[in-house]
Amino acid sequence: MLNKILIANRGEIALRILRACKELGIQTVAVHSEVDKDLLHVRLADETVCIGPASAQKSYLNIPAIISAAEITDAVAIHPGYGFLSENAAFAEIVEQSGFRFIGPRADTIRLMGDKVSAIATMKKAGVPCVPGSDGPLTNDDLKNLKMAQQIGYPVIIKASGGGGGRGMRVVHTESNLLNAIALTRSEAKAAFNNSMVYMEKFLENPRHIEFQVLGDGQGHAVHLGERDCSMQRRHQKVVEEANAPEITDSMRKKIGERVVKACCELKYRGAGTFEFLYQENAFYFIEMNTRIQVEHPVTEMITGIDLIKEQIKIASDIPFCLKQKDITFSGHAIECRINAEDPKTFMPSPGTIRLLHQPGGPGIRFDSHIYSSYVVPPHYDSMIGKLISHGSTREEAIARMKNALDEIIIDGIKTNIELHQRIMRDKSFIHGGTNIHYLETILKE
Amino acid sequence: MDIRKIKKLIELLEETSITEIEIKEGEQLLRLSRQQSQTGVMTPVHHFTHTPLPPHSQSQTIPTAAHLIASSDQEDNGRACSATPGHRVKSPMVGTLYTSPSPDAPPFITVGQKVKVGDTLCIIEAMKMFNEIEADRTGTLVEILVSNGEPVEYDQALFVIQE
Repeated sequence: MLNKILIANRGEIALRILRACKELGIQTVAVHSEVDKDLLHVRLADETVCIGPASAQKSYLNIPAIISAAEITDAVAIHPGYGFLSENAAFAEIVEQSGFRFIGPRADTIRLMGDKVSAIATMKKAGVPCVPGSDGPLTNDDLKNLKMAQQIGYPVIIKASGGGGGRGMRVVHTESNLLNAIALTRSEAKAAFNNSMVYMEKFLENPRHIEFQVLGDGQGHAVHLGERDCSMQRRHQKVVEEANAPEITDSMRKKIGERVVKACCELKYRGAGTFEFLYQENAFYFIEMNTRIQVEHPVTEMITGIDLIKEQIKIASDIPFCLKQKDITFSGHAIECRINAEDPKTFMPSPGTIRLLHQPGGPGIRFDSHIYSSYVVPPHYDSMIGKLISHGSTREEAIARMKNALDEIIIDGIKTNIELHQRIMRDKSFIHGGTNIHYLETILKE
Repeated sequence: MDIRKIKKLIELLEETSITEIEIKEGEQLLRLSRQQSQTGVMTPVHHFTHTPLPPHSQSQTIPTAAHLIASSDQEDNGRACSATPGHRVKSPMVGTLYTSPSPDAPPFITVGQKVKVGDTLCIIEAMKMFNEIEADRTGTLVEILVSNGEPVEYDQALFVIQE
């Protein structure tokens, strides 16, 4: 087992990683920016190193500072969490070249999945269903592109190969807008990702976002841990997630599950990963793969009973994989509400001091958060301050428990989106289940 | 090497009449010796090297433990606090600090010396590269807050200059 891990992240995920390390008897090193001195995981870590000023560029994205911190503390591995450098192939490479284990996939896998065009090509080869599209980068041949869009059928979407997560994409409804859209998306991609490669896909108008969790040992063995429905989104940001996805049958789960496991085995995928799909009219379409642990991993943990962070650490420690697909079972239903420090109407971030925190409790309630009374939420980072998770033996029970928890929780001193979650939990269509990725924005407009 | 191990070895040295213990663990070497003085104070010996470390080897520096272990006292974070008035030169980076250009060379500066803006005060090593840390004020160096071979973090106070 790795004996000392440097946590290259902050906030709730850093605390989550610290908890897993402590359970496994692993020493922890917390690196933090100047303004994050009082983060809960920093207070609890065995060793701490301040790596830079508040700016993420100079701290959590500062590769030399993080490597240096690992050197001076004699850490043996680095856990990147999610966001920041977690899907930065160059970082993964430097970590390993510097003599530390990167807790995640190998750099070449990250690179392969980071390029959306090559990711799709890889998945197609492995038999994972993909969105009908250009199957490769678009050339500058206008006539060819027009013909392709005609064949696919409007509306189509132009996506940047170096993008992902909702960034660098443009929908085209009519032929007259196509060539302009391609040109614009190219220049945006060049500016944002330094990569002007774009590709085309059929635009699915009312899909649900359903993703599959996998774990691979890096030696050609992998398992899937079922799917999550993350359709409740605002501006491509997930707001509520749940596991299992409503209406998905055991046989559908098995079919897609087998395909993603096959892809992982062929890739010799190492660590935790998520295959993202759009689901429309009973069909799954692969869009991208995330080669890291995700924010919403707790809902999978609640229904499978498997600790994903500990599994990541065990895989990185080269401990032989003992999970078998037949041993992975699903029990009950779990829901996660992302609690953000933001104005409930305008969604403007609301940093500041938490005067009083009262955490909810009771059966089936889990609150993954780093906040505490008197904690100052800094303005420099994203606004998510916690995840409220409920589990029940049925979806109805999970919703009821979440409603109770949302009624009990007190976060006083800053504004939060608790009110929005209370509204979602009482929404008829949400209660029915199966709402698509546009649903939340539709009801917010009312 | 684990700080708990080092503490246990120090205890062993204190409780017996052993004058020196040397332990080698992989590429790490620790030597503890009892000073032959009346006070009987034990000083763990720091090993450091200025030659570029081969890739994949871990640093041979044994960090001064107090510095890095988070204490419940948030203010001093386990580090020596100084009440000396003056401008504090702070570390711009994370790394290992050396007070002289090489192990045998004399230190860059000494307490009481006059310094001006741009004078090299120390070097900080990170990822096999040495960075010269320069004075950002002119004045007299009145206190050195760190020791040779000590790991330092961003914004840590290193020197006190009185103008």
